[in-house]
Amino acid sequence: MRKLIISLLISLFSVSFSFADTDGENSLSKKNPEVKDCFERVNRATFAFNQGLDNAIFEPVAKGYRKLPSPIRIGTSNFLSNLSNLITIPNNILQGDIKTAGINTARLAVNSTIGILGIFDAASQMGFVKDYQKEDYGQTLGSWGVGEGCYLVLPIFGPSTVRDLTGSLTSVMGGDPWYNITVRKDTQYFEESDYYYSRGGDGINFRAKNIDSFENLEKNSMDFYASVRSLYLQDRRKKIMNSNEVVDTQDDSDWEEITSN
Amino acid sequence: MIINKVKYLITFIFVFSFFTKSHSLEPNIFVQSTVNRASQILSDNISKESKIEELKKVAIDTVDIRGIGFYTLGKFRKNLSDEQKKEYSELFEKYFLKSFSSRLAEYSNPKIDVQSQEKLSDTYTIVSSILVATSERPEVKIQWRVYTKNPEKPLIRDLIIEGLSLARTQKEEFASIIQSNDGDINALFKSLEKFINS
Repeated sequence: MRKLIISLLISLFSVSFSFADTDGENSLSKKNPEVKDCFERVNRATFAFNQGLDNAIFEPVAKGYRKLPSPIRIGTSNFLSNLSNLITIPNNILQGDIKTAGINTARLAVNSTIGILGIFDAASQMGFVKDYQKEDYGQTLGSWGVGEGCYLVLPIFGPSTVRDLTGSLTSVMGGDPWYNITVRKDTQYFEESDYYYSRGGDGINFRAKNIDSFENLEKNSMDFYASVRSLYLQDRRKKIMNSNEVVDTQDDSDWEEITSN
Repeated sequence: MIINKVKYLITFIFVFSFFTKSHSLEPNIFVQSTVNRASQILSDNISKESKIEELKKVAIDTVDIRGIGFYTLGKFRKNLSDEQKKEYSELFEKYFLKSFSSRLAEYSNPKIDVQSQEKLSDTYTIVSSILVATSERPEVKIQWRVYTKNPEKPLIRDLIIEGLSLARTQKEEFASIIQSNDGDINALFKSLEKFINS
């Protein structure tokens, strides 16, 4: 039971902190809905707890990680990115993006072999599409038209929504091949701890890349909780819309009303 | 005689249209020149305080601070009296300049390349640019929402960093402060004052 809970939380971590984009299209409206923060009081308390934990553990570790030589950080980032293909590829297929699934499968094969377990991004050097975009089950549910539901802040793992939490549960219930071959021991080649190291590494890698942005945001926010909530929800909507184009992801109608300058 | 008059008329129309066109400023050129001004300040060998003051001047000149202020109020702007609007505009400008300049002053000589622009309407153009990668961070996509109602004086209304709108984030932050205080706009005014004086 303890292992199940740990696995669940660690898996959620990857969803809560994954900032990826996609290539396809879907039919979601670009209207920016009102934020549904149904459990705001609890969420704010959890957020404060997470901030304390971040100050005590994650931020110092991330700062230490940033001092490692650049080739080590790039290699770690490449390795984790390559591993994430295992969850991206089934989601490419579920979203009907067979072409990208094929490209990502080839990328996984090339980087895991020629790229020495993904440490080197050999696929990009060989001319594969450079801009690899992560996908997860929360995004797939969104692309199918499932609404985000209430906003959640999970202990340790941070921002999420009911839909993203459901996506994370799908991962640990057989949807994540990496989880299956490590924690569920579908093969004898990996240890359970390999999964936790990789997920922990993902979190530290993400935190290290965003130390300055987070500090800046915290320093300049009057309500840091609301700023993080806004950025998380915008980011998830953008990923589900599968677009980086502002004309696709942002609703212009409220701008059109502003005429004063 | 008539031919001469027609010639004069055609010449006048040509010269007039030339001058009209030459005064309008293309949004992409406007953004690149604004970025260059800011980069120059950030790379200057002056104190951080001086940089902040210089950056504030650039912001006043190129950003529609009043427009952003009303956008970030969202639905609450409709309930404001003229007096409250005036008070809010003054507070927001101080808040914006402090927040914006201190955020930007953290960077040292950022290199931004403007790449393309897309006209959304007569009043808005989106300019796309790239914050060039360094050894510390990857390349960052930045889009600029430029308000072009007056083509001779375009103004920046939003920055969209990797698809995330700063104005929208601000709007949702303000809404959260007002809603947490039972819809009382004065709570936002107090928060703004607190931030300005901190």
